[in-house]
Amino acid sequence: MILLTCLVFPGIITRTKSIASGRKGPGLFQPMLDILRLLKKGIVYSTTSSFIFKIAPVIYFSTILSAAFLLPFNNEPGILSFQGDFIAFSYILALGKFFMIIAALDTGSAFEGMGASREALYSMLVEPAFFILFASFAMFTGHTSFYEIYNSIYFGSYIAIFAGVLAAYNLFQIIMVENSRVPYDDPKTHLELTMIHEVMVLDNSGFDLALINFASSLKFVIFGTLISNFFFTPNLPVYNGILIFIGIQVLFAIIVGIAESFRARYKLRNNNKAIVLLTPISILIFLSLLMLLTNQY
Amino acid sequence: MLTAFVLLPIFSFLFFLLPKKFQPAYNILLTLITAAISSRFALLVISRGSGIVENTQMYFWGSEIKFTIDLLSAFFILVVNFTVLTGAVFSIEYMRMYKEKKFTDFSFHYFSFFWLLYSMLLVCMFHNMVAFLVAWEIMSVASFALVIFEYEKPEVIKAGINYLVQMHIGALLLIIACILVYNETGNITWDGLTSYFYNHKNIPLFLLFFIGFGIKAGFVPFHTWLPHAHPAAPTHVSGIMSGVMIKMGIYGILRVLFHVQSDLLAIGIIILVISSISGIAGVGTAIIQHDLKKLLAYHSIENIGIIGIGIGTGLIGVATNNDLLSILGFGGGILHVLNHSLFKSLLFYTTGSVYLNTHTRIIDNLGGLIKKLPHTAILFLFASIAICGLPPFNGFVSEFMIYNGFAASMISSTVGIKILIMFAMLSLVVIGGLAIFCFTKAFGIVFLGTPRNIKTESVTEMKWYTLFPQYLILILIVTIGVFPKLISKLFFDLAGMFTHKTIAIPENTMTTISSISYFVLIFFGITLLIYLLKKYFTRNKIIEQSPTWGCGYTGNADKLQYTASSYAENYSHDMDNLLNLKTHYKKIEDEDIFPEERNYETHSESLAEEKMFVKISGSIKRFLNKLAFVQTGKTQHYILYMFVLLIALILLTIFNVI
Repeated sequence: MILLTCLVFPGIITRTKSIASGRKGPGLFQPMLDILRLLKKGIVYSTTSSFIFKIAPVIYFSTILSAAFLLPFNNEPGILSFQGDFIAFSYILALGKFFMIIAALDTGSAFEGMGASREALYSMLVEPAFFILFASFAMFTGHTSFYEIYNSIYFGSYIAIFAGVLAAYNLFQIIMVENSRVPYDDPKTHLELTMIHEVMVLDNSGFDLALINFASSLKFVIFGTLISNFFFTPNLPVYNGILIFIGIQVLFAIIVGIAESFRARYKLRNNNKAIVLLTPISILIFLSLLMLLTNQY
Repeated sequence: MLTAFVLLPIFSFLFFLLPKKFQPAYNILLTLITAAISSRFALLVISRGSGIVENTQMYFWGSEIKFTIDLLSAFFILVVNFTVLTGAVFSIEYMRMYKEKKFTDFSFHYFSFFWLLYSMLLVCMFHNMVAFLVAWEIMSVASFALVIFEYEKPEVIKAGINYLVQMHIGALLLIIACILVYNETGNITWDGLTSYFYNHKNIPLFLLFFIGFGIKAGFVPFHTWLPHAHPAAPTHVSGIMSGVMIKMGIYGILRVLFHVQSDLLAIGIIILVISSISGIAGVGTAIIQHDLKKLLAYHSIENIGIIGIGIGTGLIGVATNNDLLSILGFGGGILHVLNHSLFKSLLFYTTGSVYLNTHTRIIDNLGGLIKKLPHTAILFLFASIAICGLPPFNGFVSEFMIYNGFAASMISSTVGIKILIMFAMLSLVVIGGLAIFCFTKAFGIVFLGTPRNIKTESVTEMKWYTLFPQYLILILIVTIGVFPKLISKLFFDLAGMFTHKTIAIPENTMTTISSISYFVLIFFGITLLIYLLKKYFTRNKIIEQSPTWGCGYTGNADKLQYTASSYAENYSHDMDNLLNLKTHYKKIEDEDIFPEERNYETHSESLAEEKMFVKISGSIKRFLNKLAFVQTGKTQHYILYMFVLLIALILLTIFNVI
């Protein structure tokens, strides 16, 4: 399911952006066609690089795919679901990032070092926000795996709605950071000095680049799934679930597209502060949910 | 068996007789025998599941010295033996670097090496506190002797003295604590602690022990010896010191925790807070280090922090009757002791291989070593992934256990504990993130790219017998990471010792642990599949080699590369006050038409060291300097002092004052 959706996901974002800026824009499948085209090409390796550079895209892709195995779908637990799987989810994604970062350093290019340094810093800063967010959900629902959390979450009172809105905002921002989108990073920039994720993959080509691009869209959809899971009510039939899933994903993509069109990028220096800010918001969610719980018991 | 163990020290004196050539081999032999004998005790305990007591018929201070080995001792004995053994094998090639050193230097080095191992084993075995302190002291002195192997360098001596002084401050606190216990209870064994804690307030004595052991373990702010001593010592020694010797501090803390009766919650919170600070401060400072070994030393502080977080939360679990939290906290913390001993010693050994080949530890100078040292690079890479706590390696397992404990306490505990645990979780996440940042930097700059400021022509891969122990460590790292279920029972048993009751491990906790294996295996499967797909897709494609894209610039690419400092720049920029970062450079003035050659230098000094230790010791030194006028060096003056003293004594006795 995730695999299918990710085929059109970046296409929708691009399309939304072009429509918002008054252009016609490429077709929905253009990013996937690009990937197919890349698959057919040969590969150029830098003379500086070692096997790390060759293996990193493979590992990056497989970490994201394994992370997808943990996610529940429509009241069905993920292929693998255990207590505290959100920790494993975050850590396996970090492993992929680790390899991308060292692969960037492997080329010995100043630009890629820059990108690697920024990516490492930003993902480091965003991680606490994600953890505290899901720890709050764990506390709120009394369960520690994705499946159980999603299955037993409910928003009954005003504080819960407040926390829910905050959580949605926070999750959205976390997704933007993790997927290197505007306002933290712009995948469409053309100046190496201000790029973050894109500058890390400057030297990748052919199959490797295809893997990386595919992995990026996959990652986006995985995080979209984190959101869409909130909308599955218990005892939902499977086909309804699929419809809701696709609906939410499309809506999410359109929202991202709109947000990117009407929003300027942060200045690079301010990124740190903006990302660090997400953690206090998470703590706020935690405290409000805590308030809610203590009132109940 | 016991007689053999007691007689072992005699054989250590042979080092002073054997010629230089045979010493490494004899060292390995002796280490192997010592390890085998002591491991036998430990394995016996583990297989039986209960402690053993061996009588030695030796008396000290009126009570018999017994070797008492329980599960905790057994675990530490095994960890110590394994790491020291790998260190001994690694040292063969490393010690060749010091060919020109004297025969006695080598003899003394190996002699101290044996005594470090032996004293660490004794520390784990002694039940009698006086005997324990003696072993503790031997351990400090032996490691001091090992640290100052390159005694002709002034900075090495300085680091060694610093280390020795700090160890003795720690030992002093321990002695005071032991005297207090003996005075009250008349019992000189660890059991005396129970009755002391039963009748007195728990926190003061515990704090005394905690600081005493904490100096050895390297908790912030008692960590200041670590970043000096580790770079000064030979690499295999740093590996052992960082891998297991600082864990003796953890052992001591755990040993005392056994007997603590009340105030558990307060003590747990103290440990948790100090550990969180240690963890973040350790890794936060590590990022901006230029010296690779110093960087690793700061990471020891970080990992001690993680262990402490596990122990602290475990204790909070015991205090609040949250069984899952206590089991997972203690279990994760103690498992991290083992994990850290594995990957940290491996990191030090690989660093040693780099240093052996390039004769520099400055990260910014290195680069591109992966082509010349492929095995070392892979070992370093895997150890870095493990130390970052990433799956599929062992660091992930222990951190995952601690996280799961957090999650368990999120569900069932009071509000205050929840908030506390949330901050503990926050600090653990921050530690993890910073560690990734730090080790991508360390691995990326040292091994990848092109050489920055070194000659790599003469760099050759290490010999097989040096790589062998390192691969052995790697196998253990991977095994624990992929099949944590194999060993998790031992750690749950160990954790059960602290809850003072046997807790049935909840069914789903065990399933969780085994789920990690499935998860990791799925990950391996996918990786393999995609790798084969890549092979299949690219089999007919043109694969080219060409220079890295330089934005049109094709000049000296080596100088254009990102360095460790630039990698950490946007981090250190925001943190410079906390890190106490100092820069030295000369500004370019407006009237400088032809700028002269300039240097730019940054370094960070530990905030705690500067504010706490240097200031205090500075003022003591100033005070003592003022007193120095009495020390004139003239014999007549000293005779005068004696005369005055005698008169004073006579007068005092006349007036019945003394």
